[in-house]
Amino acid sequence: MGTFSMDKKDWFLFLGFSAAVLLGPIILTPVGAGYPDLLQKFAIYGIFALGFNILFGLTGYLSFGHAAFLGVGSYTAVWTFKLLSMNPVPAIILATFAGGLFAALIGFISLRRSGIYFSILTLAFAQMCYNMAYSVLTPITNGETGLQLAQSDPHWLDAAFGIDYGAVLPTSHLFGTDMTGYAGFYFCAALLIICFFIALRIFRSPFGMMLRAVKSNQNRMKYTGFNTRPYALTAFIISGMFAGLAGGLLAVTDPLAGAERMQWTASGEVVLMTILGGSGTLLGPVIGAGVIKYFENIFSAFNKSILMDAYSFLPDGLQQFMVSLSSLFVGEGWHLTLGLLFMLIVIFLPGGLMEGFNRVHALFNKPPGGGGSVKESETAAPAASPVKV
Amino acid sequence: MTLLKIEDLNKSFGGLRALSNVNLNIQKGTVHAIIGPNGAGKSTLLNCFIGRLEPDTGSVVFDGKSLLGRQPHEINQLGVSRVFQTPEIFGDLSLLENVIIPAYAKRDGSFRVNAWSPVANDTGLREIALAMLADVGLADSAHNIAGQLSRGDKRRLELAMCLVQEPKLLLLDEPTAGMARADTNKTIELMQTIAKRGVTMVVIEHDMHVVFSLADKISVLAQGTVIAEDLPENIKTDPRVQEAYLGGAHL
Repeated sequence: MGTFSMDKKDWFLFLGFSAAVLLGPIILTPVGAGYPDLLQKFAIYGIFALGFNILFGLTGYLSFGHAAFLGVGSYTAVWTFKLLSMNPVPAIILATFAGGLFAALIGFISLRRSGIYFSILTLAFAQMCYNMAYSVLTPITNGETGLQLAQSDPHWLDAAFGIDYGAVLPTSHLFGTDMTGYAGFYFCAALLIICFFIALRIFRSPFGMMLRAVKSNQNRMKYTGFNTRPYALTAFIISGMFAGLAGGLLAVTDPLAGAERMQWTASGEVVLMTILGGSGTLLGPVIGAGVIKYFENIFSAFNKSILMDAYSFLPDGLQQFMVSLSSLFVGEGWHLTLGLLFMLIVIFLPGGLMEGFNRVHALFNKPPGGGGSVKESETAAPAASPVKV
Repeated sequence: MTLLKIEDLNKSFGGLRALSNVNLNIQKGTVHAIIGPNGAGKSTLLNCFIGRLEPDTGSVVFDGKSLLGRQPHEINQLGVSRVFQTPEIFGDLSLLENVIIPAYAKRDGSFRVNAWSPVANDTGLREIALAMLADVGLADSAHNIAGQLSRGDKRRLELAMCLVQEPKLLLLDEPTAGMARADTNKTIELMQTIAKRGVTMVVIEHDMHVVFSLADKISVLAQGTVIAEDLPENIKTDPRVQEAYLGGAHL
């Protein structure tokens, strides 16, 4: 069997995913999300959550400090722009490696503990990075202002190839194509698809199975002859690299890096994305990332006048009442809606949105006689049965 | 030939002397049972074999190598597998995965990142794991989730997970604890089959029915010392054993 041999179902999943991502601008237009800035965010945070899920979903180690790697990726990318080239390729490569390097350091120490102690250690490291970015590391991070491009930047690599930006502030460009708008989205989308493919391979590989076994029973893993810590550390580094790449892409689409990207709320956000979508599933985290970014951008933009329009068919008093009631949940109140949604999911669908989809799917696919659909899917993907897509 | 040699093992917890001058020789290809009343130090002794506890003095030599100071995974890689009092399995994984994982440990060692080629491609290991499941009578549920099995079936699965590694030594800590009688008998039968294949076993057990249907040799532990070591038929009639174990009652 060749290097790329994969289950037919997995190819179908991968191609379906790729098509959905590439057609994103068309598919998401009816819900008002078909514009490049938001699509870029979907793709970037999709990568972030996909990587986080390799750690949390497979090994069960809950990191509360993954935003640190996102921030490190952004700073690395902006520095690469400033010093080397405005081409995004070196920037994202270096951002990925920087994320991995930081993850190796933080993971090496944090993985000496498990459970809540591990979570606290990662949180402490991330907050340390955040505070240092504001204080002692100001020469590197430019503190509160954030790291920006400047006219005095050398761009050595670009200069060597004879590209001179003159007096204007350059934007990132891939061999001449500006990384803004749809070009920027498709650049991020291509990387999301590559990352999804890598995650898919990891999920189906012996390594992925070992990670799930670590989550299931670490004690048994040790007595089965496995040194579990390097397994968890490798997963931690891989997820740190995904986060570094995502941070780098944030800088590619908007060459600015601020310390707030590393704050604990940002670390918490990726945990929410993963759980909301379905931790341990392949598609879940990407969907979770999309839902949260959608709420953040669309729901928060609803204001009184939009609501007034929406309820204009109602009599005056009722219209006023409905508007003031609804405005609790939109605009500034989008966090409330998200919180309620999150509570509902955790209570009724502990497996996240993916569990919901699978339940609906099972409902429609139940053959006469009942209960057969589960068995069918098991025989189709024998060695990977407990992992749902 | 001695496979596991324990010499002058001592272990204290604070003022309590859990093990004092324990000597044991486990012969290759035999089933050696360690019995004794509650608190005799059986579990402490077992934990000293496998890297969970560090004895104060003494030596544990397996196949020419000292086991002391080694991590559990290193001891497993030397060829020692262990069955726990409560079956330790991967409850979220399928039975097939439960058995194929130890097979990977045997083939690839304690750490290897093989993150690209799918598990489904390792047909060789898959065949081995399926055959092993068939041996313990669980072939039909190979694709079910292991956590849903009955206590007895979990034990059979755990035995399969150990046996697929072809261990030189199999340690069993009360393998039938908490089982219904029917399950106990099935488990005894399975362990007898394993013993016939020549796997060396050390069994710690309360249940005399289990001990006498399996053991080639029995060591009796009381208050941290070995008070008798003999063939089963001699142990049954040994007055010292009856005194220590049952306060004079007949076995």
